Amino acid sequence: MKTFALITVLLLGGLLFYGTPDFPDWGDPASPASLHVSPYYIEHAVEDTAVPNIVTAVLADYRGYDTMFETAVIFSAGIACLFLLRVYRRKSARTRLYRHNLTGVTLRIAKGGKLPEGSAEFERIDSVWVPYDMIIKVTSRLIVPFVQLFALYVIAHGHHSPGGGFQGGVIFGAAIILYALSNDLRRAFRRLSEKAALLASAAGVLIYVGTGLLCLLLGGNFLDYSMLAEMLHTDAIMARSHGILIVEIGVGLAVMAVMVSLYYNLSSAGRHDEGL
Amino acid sequence: MIWPVDLIIMVLVMICGIGAIMVRDLLGAAILFGAYSFMMCLLWAIMGAVDVAFTEASVGAGVSAVFFVAAVFRTSRRTKD
Repeated sequence: MKTFALITVLLLGGLLFYGTPDFPDWGDPASPASLHVSPYYIEHAVEDTAVPNIVTAVLADYRGYDTMFETAVIFSAGIACLFLLRVYRRKSARTRLYRHNLTGVTLRIAKGGKLPEGSAEFERIDSVWVPYDMIIKVTSRLIVPFVQLFALYVIAHGHHSPGGGFQGGVIFGAAIILYALSNDLRRAFRRLSEKAALLASAAGVLIYVGTGLLCLLLGGNFLDYSMLAEMLHTDAIMARSHGILIVEIGVGLAVMAVMVSLYYNLSSAGRHDEGL
Repeated sequence: MIWPVDLIIMVLVMICGIGAIMVRDLLGAAILFGAYSFMMCLLWAIMGAVDVAFTEASVGAGVSAVFFVAAVFRTSRRTKD
């Protein structure tokens, strides 16, 4: 079986290498894509949408329908991971570890023991015991707000510089994952619960689709943002620019929430009890 | 485009890609995959596709490496084959 797989891989790889020289050269102005499609975007993107970053204009406006389903793909990835991994049965069979905050003494409480829940002096820690590390906690506490601010900047500034909803959403999700890594999963749940993450991912997709449907209701095509001009009190060109921003916010929200919910499910094997 | 830089990164991409498949330790494979993503990100940046490079850096080298490490910690660290 293994040799068969090897032969298949070698054959397909050889075919790929054989076919690659037929591609047009890198940056070839005479390639089919550069002859018909790209010149239109390069010449008309700024006057159509007032967005200097052509990539963003193509991604969220001209090809907005594609990006909508990309967001839907990310959303369904999060949902699929939830269905595969999430375990709803609450098992308290395992022993739990608690740390006394004032003295640093670790208590091990066996099954059926009295748990010091709700006490301010005891804090639950993961059973894969990690020593209290002040440097990691303080450093991540310093970094996380700036990472989040940078993520918001990437989303909001996608019109003018590289970036946009996907990148900004991933960076924002990474900030929350960093918080969950440096502290523990239960503390991250207090900031962004599982339910909130799932609702946010659905809301992000809904913002995108809702914008498209709103354009449809106002008499334009699906995702034709110039129809929003009257609602946003601008002209049709700026309305397309604002429409791109609204859609990017939806994408960012969905991607952020899906990344966080994927991490929650993967790191706790679906139990949402003890993470990394 | 500076071709020696391009060539070095291309070779590193291939080394990281083959290493990620061959290595027995899955945690090492996850790290190598992150390195592979980062080298690909550099290649995108060299070719002028800054948006794609940004996505590759944040998704490939950033978050997916964390997902792989989390999955390795929750399953087993060694492959069977």
